[in-house]
Amino acid sequence: MKKEVKLSFWDRLYLPAVIVGMGITIKHFFKNLFTRPKNRYTVEFPERKKDVPEWYRGLHRLNTYEDGSVKCVACYCCATACPADAIFIEAEEIEDLDEEYPREKRPKQFIIDLHRCIFCGFCQEACPKDAIVLTNEYEITQLSREQGLITMEELVKTPKKKMD
Amino acid sequence: MMAKLLTPEVFMIVKVVAVFIIVLTMVAVGTWVERRGAAFIQDRVGPNRVALFGKFRIMGLTQPVADGIKFFFKEDVIPANADRILFVLSPIIAFIPATMTFAAIPFGRPFDVSGVHYFLSILPPATNIGVLYIFAIGSMGVYGIIIGSWSSNNKWSILGGMRASAQVISYELAMTMAVVGVVLSTGSLQMDKIVSAQTGLWNVIPQILGALVFYVSMFAETNRLPFDFAEGESEIIGYHTEYGSMKFSMFALAEYANMVTASGLFVTLYLGGWHFPWLDQFIWGSILAFLLKIAVVLWTFVWVRWTLPRFRYDQLMRLGWKVMIPLSLLNMVVVAIFLAYRG
Repeated sequence: MKKEVKLSFWDRLYLPAVIVGMGITIKHFFKNLFTRPKNRYTVEFPERKKDVPEWYRGLHRLNTYEDGSVKCVACYCCATACPADAIFIEAEEIEDLDEEYPREKRPKQFIIDLHRCIFCGFCQEACPKDAIVLTNEYEITQLSREQGLITMEELVKTPKKKMD
Repeated sequence: MMAKLLTPEVFMIVKVVAVFIIVLTMVAVGTWVERRGAAFIQDRVGPNRVALFGKFRIMGLTQPVADGIKFFFKEDVIPANADRILFVLSPIIAFIPATMTFAAIPFGRPFDVSGVHYFLSILPPATNIGVLYIFAIGSMGVYGIIIGSWSSNNKWSILGGMRASAQVISYELAMTMAVVGVVLSTGSLQMDKIVSAQTGLWNVIPQILGALVFYVSMFAETNRLPFDFAEGESEIIGYHTEYGSMKFSMFALAEYANMVTASGLFVTLYLGGWHFPWLDQFIWGSILAFLLKIAVVLWTFVWVRWTLPRFRYDQLMRLGWKVMIPLSLLNMVVVAIFLAYRG
């Protein structure tokens, strides 16, 4: 199908439209040239970091009690719920039963494979003790697959979610 | 001591080296300006990360150096069915005329030291084929593209090459006829005469039509958007589809060198060369004025590129044959009539 578009003489000159267009582009150019970097649309990452929303699902954290012991009771709920099979737990029994926080089991090993994890947050939902949570931490990179296996000692150290 | 060193021969060597270095520097800076200019026009930031010694960012000005190093260390692939000799030769054929053309362009006020006349252009100003030389060498540049596209033995490349040749033929006519107006009003093909004829009044004012035609054809000649049909990266990948590493970079360099030369030519023919009020009474001032004018014209290359979309191929041909050539003829006739009646 051929569409006939009748252009007026002014339109067929092209140049007026070109000049208007060039005016628009140069306006953008100078606007960005005189905008300070922190006010530009681009967030230049390592220097400036964008605040992630509260519901963001980042690096895992194992919550602890005040005395420093892990809240986790090694119930395997998270490992069962995990669709990516990224959580490995080895349980052990607690001999010195605390009267204040009565528990029978605790994890001996708690390993999360960050390269398998899909950050779906199911573990967090499944946890009956609010022990495992996903924080706002998103700078998670490793240089090898072995480094992607993070243990309980590291999971405890993950900074808490910033709650504003 | 300095006076003894300043002989015409030494001066010539200094000039050649300086012009070559300055043109290549402008090419390098041009790529940077293009990328950052494009970024700012599109509300982005552009390359600003590459830092000198890993510390001094200087707005990403070292990006061209990083690009160059990257290109040098890339694998040099020659396709199995390519014509090996022409495939290697064509980036060179594209690049050399681009830098050679600059030889005829006077870039500063000529001066006398102890009775010896020094001129600031590589070819002697008495070369009475000045403009002709530029067009002869300048139109060689497209051979690099055509040979490169043919020797790669790739259908996309050959499409790019065909488009480049058709485009260059149609626009070179308009361009040359636009320049005839300048040559007529000057009465000489010598570049320095053209420049000195523009003392006071630049050619762009009396010959606005010719300047416009020349300016538009310049984009077509250098294969820049909106006329970058030889490349056309979104429809055909272009004449350098099969090229990689430094050979590809040579084509890119040739494009930018062509831009520098074309803007130099436009400045010389229409914007008064090194003339500028007050500034051109000094030698450095005249060179500075010339460089500034080139920079402004170069910026418009970038500016237009990020404003206009690519034409359709038939639109390009219609614009070339039905608009540009009649306009340049009209300009020529108007100038001729004006000259004839003024006597």
